[in-house]
Amino acid sequence: MWSDPKAGSHIEFSSFAHFARTAERAKFDFLFLAEGLRLREQGGKIYDLDVVGRPDTFTILAALAAVTEHLGLTGTINSTFNEPYELARQFASLDHLSGGRAAWNVVTSWDAFTGENFRRGGFLPQGERYSRAKEFLATTNELFDSWHGDEFVADQATGVFLRDAKAGSFVHTGQHFDIQGQFNVPRSPQGRPVIFQAGDSDEGREFAASSADAIFSRYATLEGGQAFYTDVKNRLAKYGRRHDQLLILPAASFALADTDAEAEELAGEVRRQQVSGATAIKHLEFVWNRDLSSYDPEGPLPDIDPDISDNHISKGRAQVRMYRDPLATAREWRELAAANNWSIRDLVINTGNRQNFVGSPATIARTINDYVQADAGDGFILVPHITPTGLDDFADKVVPLLQEQGVFRTDYEGPTLRHHLGLALPHSRLRSSGGTPMDEASDERAAS
Amino acid sequence: MSSTPASHLHLAVALDGTGWHPAAWREQVARPRDLFTAGYWADLVAEAERGLLDFVTLEDGLGLQSSLYGELDDRTDQVRGRLDAVLIASRIAPLSRHIGLVPTVITTHTEPFHISKAIATLDYVSTGRAGLRVQISPRPHEAAHFGRRTFPPLSLEGIQSPAGQELLTDHFDEAADYVEVVRRLWDSWEDDAEIRDVATGRFIDRDKLHYIDFEGRNFSVKGPSITPRPPQGQPLVTALAHQTIPYRLVARQADVGYVTPHDAEHARAIVAEIRAEQEAAGRGGELLHVFGDLVVFLDEEQAAAEDRRARLDALAGEPYTSDARVFAGTPAQLADLLQEFAAEGLSGFRLRPAVAGHDLPAVTRGLVPELQRRGRLPHRLRGRHPARPAGPAPPRQPLRRRLSRKDRTHHEQAAEADPSGRALPGCQQHHRVE
Repeated sequence: MWSDPKAGSHIEFSSFAHFARTAERAKFDFLFLAEGLRLREQGGKIYDLDVVGRPDTFTILAALAAVTEHLGLTGTINSTFNEPYELARQFASLDHLSGGRAAWNVVTSWDAFTGENFRRGGFLPQGERYSRAKEFLATTNELFDSWHGDEFVADQATGVFLRDAKAGSFVHTGQHFDIQGQFNVPRSPQGRPVIFQAGDSDEGREFAASSADAIFSRYATLEGGQAFYTDVKNRLAKYGRRHDQLLILPAASFALADTDAEAEELAGEVRRQQVSGATAIKHLEFVWNRDLSSYDPEGPLPDIDPDISDNHISKGRAQVRMYRDPLATAREWRELAAANNWSIRDLVINTGNRQNFVGSPATIARTINDYVQADAGDGFILVPHITPTGLDDFADKVVPLLQEQGVFRTDYEGPTLRHHLGLALPHSRLRSSGGTPMDEASDERAAS
Repeated sequence: MSSTPASHLHLAVALDGTGWHPAAWREQVARPRDLFTAGYWADLVAEAERGLLDFVTLEDGLGLQSSLYGELDDRTDQVRGRLDAVLIASRIAPLSRHIGLVPTVITTHTEPFHISKAIATLDYVSTGRAGLRVQISPRPHEAAHFGRRTFPPLSLEGIQSPAGQELLTDHFDEAADYVEVVRRLWDSWEDDAEIRDVATGRFIDRDKLHYIDFEGRNFSVKGPSITPRPPQGQPLVTALAHQTIPYRLVARQADVGYVTPHDAEHARAIVAEIRAEQEAAGRGGELLHVFGDLVVFLDEEQAAAEDRRARLDALAGEPYTSDARVFAGTPAQLADLLQEFAAEGLSGFRLRPAVAGHDLPAVTRGLVPELQRRGRLPHRLRGRHPARPAGPAPPRQPLRRRLSRKDRTHHEQAAEADPSGRALPGCQQHHRVE
């Protein structure tokens, strides 16, 4: 929410550093960065009502590694617009440079719109998205594992730098990638970055069950969270995996104040700030798929019906298919607006997502713990509404309560993100037994 | 205050592993086991910064290092493996304050869109100290790491043949397109595009964001960047060049070209060729630095430097040769050589320490004071401000301005009053976009 006077820069490093330091002070597991590789457009014009502009994910995470010691660094990186060798180098480098704190949220894209910024053009048929993403991840895992961990000796006395001239050798032959050679980054502290997955389709859930360590989910309500949790955890067995090998972490917004009543008030204020008149019209255009700029946001909803043709007014948004039946949505919204005497803006505010957690520190701490105990998630990825101070109060007021309840760490217990998340280090395929810290239970995952 | 009196030289250091001699890692000071840690690189960059150097470059590559030109050598007695240079630079940026950070980027297999925003982000993270050094990779085994293109076998002799030169031209043409895209993307947001206009609900003025619509032989890029215009506007673009084809890239696209003269006459010829190409490219009026690259063994006694070189050659099993001239001697002798080369038109030097742990401190603690005594380097970092009363911290010196010879304009003085350091004249100057 950029319009608040307290809102700071979304691009200066100091904002990111403040977020990261606050999260580390509160002993959070990790910081999570989203990504967008083409500026969104609506009606053929760059969308100008939300925050626009972001840094490069890898580069900002590497810098954040310098101002934190324990915090995990999770980057969303699109597998469609990268190549396995380069991406594996970047994650292995980030893992080295952060002492084992790198994580990759694997996303795929399919649109030619974003592809216009890249060499390959990027268009992928819907059906090939996950097959390419799966092969991409499998290939990067082969690259991460191509160094076993004992090759790099650098013995000054004997002059042996590498134990094996063929260190990092790999051959991958598949439908999407046909590559071979030697990887040039020695095995990193975590072996592989922690793998996140965020897709929600049936294919996405299977992909997560087979190959991910954690899921960034959108189901932060109790019932929605429980249903998703059960569905995904039940898919693990067929891949030979245990329930604790895939963490479900819903993204959750919150409105925190001293009392529950004040928090309710704050929640409403924030929603009004987030939905300006202009934003309300753009949101309606998203469903109507028409230019509605002539409508008054404080006036009634349009009488005309949505345009249901294929060419959508909005480009570069993941949620284009969120409203699967726009005609029904429009009908429902008109009825709601009429029944409540709502303007366009009132409607968008009231039908939009309410914050997931609203209340005093005690209420929020109790709710979060209840949700986790009831299997609505293994934890939450908080989405603060103000940059960069939006996490400060949570860190100072809610975290101590969670710690008092004994459900959140009071200090980090290990150096790597895998330690924080209770995930074993991946099997290193180590051939000799000497001298590496790969002594945890092996955790060989299905390769694809 | 002029940013750079004409008599002052610019000095950069090229960091590569434990140093440029293949046996450098065997030296006691080398710390080879720390090569893949952030602390190793932070310490080297801190040393370079103590010496008031303009910038460091970081080598990189999309394959294992090799003693051979176009293929792997299967050697296990030299440093092999490296971390991504852009990420090392970014990891070091918050730990340093003044020194420029110039990582190597391979243009042949990477995406100009990704790299443009990565270097823009490095510029944000370092508050205006970012650059990049572009490099091509015609090596067939590195192309096999990507599986998108195949290149013919490569040898030093073959590259001089007509077919080799044609191949090289293709690679450097692609590099020129790549830099063009990177630069246009940096300019694709105007400086004041972010308006946060609460009255209209607009975060940006979208009329100040521009498609770049680049169409080239190897890629087309629509734009605009997802990253707002970086603090320097245009971070520094640099390239190493040994012959006409890459000289042309330097002349067309670079802010700094690194060249490898073996004597003063050679330096004069190279500078003349690059200046002619620069004129031909229509950039005659623009500032383009030509830096000489030298590998250096520096000791207080010449014999000590030569002995060290001989000892390392013995460890390596062969005499060390390089594309650049290899110097072994005292700081005073090196200062003499640099002055001799500078007289032929080189405006600075990129020194490659033979042993990073030894020769980098020898540069910062031996050569730099020597050049200061001779009036060829400033006694404090260019652009650093004298002590001033309490108040907001002065903006740091953007790398681009430090390399500028122009007298400060009123824009720059105004920029200094702006603690954000954002309103720099370089940011207003759009780079050949329209």
